[in-house]
Amino acid sequence: MSSNEKAKDLAVVLVVGKDRSGIVAQISDFLWKEEINIEDISQKIMQGIFVMAMLVDLAQARSDLGVLSTKLEKLGDKIGLTIQIQHHRIFEAMHRV
Amino acid sequence: MPLNISLEEIYETWRMTEKEHFDIRAVTLGINLLPCVSDDFDTLCRRVEKKILATARQFVKRAEQVDAKFGIPIINKRLTITPAALVLAGALTGNAGEDRRRAVEFARLLDRCAAAAGVDFLGGFGTLAEKGMSYADQVLVDAIPEALGRTEKVCGFISLASSKAGINMRGVARIGTIIHELAHGSENAIGAAKFVVFANAVSDNPFMAGGFHGVQEADNVLNLGISGPGVVRRVVEAAPRDLALDEIAEIIKKTAFKITRAGELIGRELARSLGVRFGSLDLSLAPTTAVGDSVGRILEAMGLEKVGTHGSTAALALLTDAVKKGGLMASGHVGGLSGAFIPVSEDVGLSEAVRSGALTIDKLEAMTTVCSVGLDMIPVPGDTKTTTLAAIIADELAIGVMNNKTTAVRLIPVPGKKAGEMVSWGGLLGEAWILPLHDENSDYFIWRKGRIPAPVTSFRN
Repeated sequence: MSSNEKAKDLAVVLVVGKDRSGIVAQISDFLWKEEINIEDISQKIMQGIFVMAMLVDLAQARSDLGVLSTKLEKLGDKIGLTIQIQHHRIFEAMHRV
Repeated sequence: MPLNISLEEIYETWRMTEKEHFDIRAVTLGINLLPCVSDDFDTLCRRVEKKILATARQFVKRAEQVDAKFGIPIINKRLTITPAALVLAGALTGNAGEDRRRAVEFARLLDRCAAAAGVDFLGGFGTLAEKGMSYADQVLVDAIPEALGRTEKVCGFISLASSKAGINMRGVARIGTIIHELAHGSENAIGAAKFVVFANAVSDNPFMAGGFHGVQEADNVLNLGISGPGVVRRVVEAAPRDLALDEIAEIIKKTAFKITRAGELIGRELARSLGVRFGSLDLSLAPTTAVGDSVGRILEAMGLEKVGTHGSTAALALLTDAVKKGGLMASGHVGGLSGAFIPVSEDVGLSEAVRSGALTIDKLEAMTTVCSVGLDMIPVPGDTKTTTLAAIIADELAIGVMNNKTTAVRLIPVPGKKAGEMVSWGGLLGEAWILPLHDENSDYFIWRKGRIPAPVTSFRN
């Protein structure tokens, strides 16, 4: 992975909703089928809400970010969670000087 | 690679877009039409059509791609052109009737081009006439009621004052009648919502209806207007009631910084994918009709019972300045109007304050001395005298001229409506209650015409 850092196309998948078992499995399964590599995962309960962020690499992904966004939204509707994907650079721009 | 952004930060960004209406309000592609000029009207039209369609061909598609990539909605895609009077001047005949017909025909061509490009609006059907009007300016102004009344997407403007030139009062008097005709010639006076009068007009304004592509700009330039009154309102509301105002200013600054950085990233990315220059970023907090996405509500969150009451001007001054300070650090090129907008009909908080009587035309005028634009989207009685319309414009332009700032006026005299009645336009333009005006006339002042001289810049008391 580290041999080719430059070619990475990083995005963040954010999952918000009610905590229950199997969330990570369902989303990882989707990402695996889309050939998206998970780089890191972080999760927490914030103000009673389950919040999880996954840093993913889209370099090998089957679809572009726009298509993935629609698919993830649909998956979210199916499993009762809000799922969103945004390019990593937006977070760096907003939260790092 | 580990995730180097905290969950709280990611969650904050998500909540801004999902719950607090943070969006890129407008991306606006400016197109220089001066290379299209010709003394033959048909040749001019052909060149203009070709130029606009060629330049804007990929614009909407690319904007949608960038929107999808970053997950921050880009609400409006717009075009601006070189002020139309400059483009048209060479193709006029000297016969006023025929020339007005040509100006209207030109506006309809622009409307078709905007529709073909898939954009929401096209701005720039206007002119710069701070000192006086050329023949082409007069033709264009006379054509405005028909040109804007008969088109859907074309927006018009006129600049009638500047700190260096003073105020063109002959023009102001004329515009009073033009606004009346424009309002009375379109359904629910909607035509008047597409026309803005300026003092110290800016050439890189991405917002409508006053956007145009100034002659000092490069050929094709992308300007971007961010938004986010909802985001700012939430941070102010979340602050403790006894938090000192300098601390309030600080949290607004930080929020403005974040949303501006997002806008800057998106603007640069879109400009790059279009192969045009990124011009500037307009920091303005532009309200929408969505509840909570309101500048009025921000001021109320600071501790005012209702916007319009005593303290509103001070609160707005704090807000405008904090937004500018946060945004200036976040973007390499801040331009446009950059501050807080107070468009009455588009802002639920302001609109309600007008209804309850807390917010009057006089207080609004006072507030425009510290906001970024001016008297915006103000519905007034349909039978308002044209001299009164002109006098309201003159007051607002004077504020801009004396204070070296941009001010604008967008007045909408709604036919058949009286003060206190409601008018609803729907969509982005919202609904509002007609503001009562002073009954005393300003006739002889306006009929004097002439010019108000430019002010001295020293002895500033």
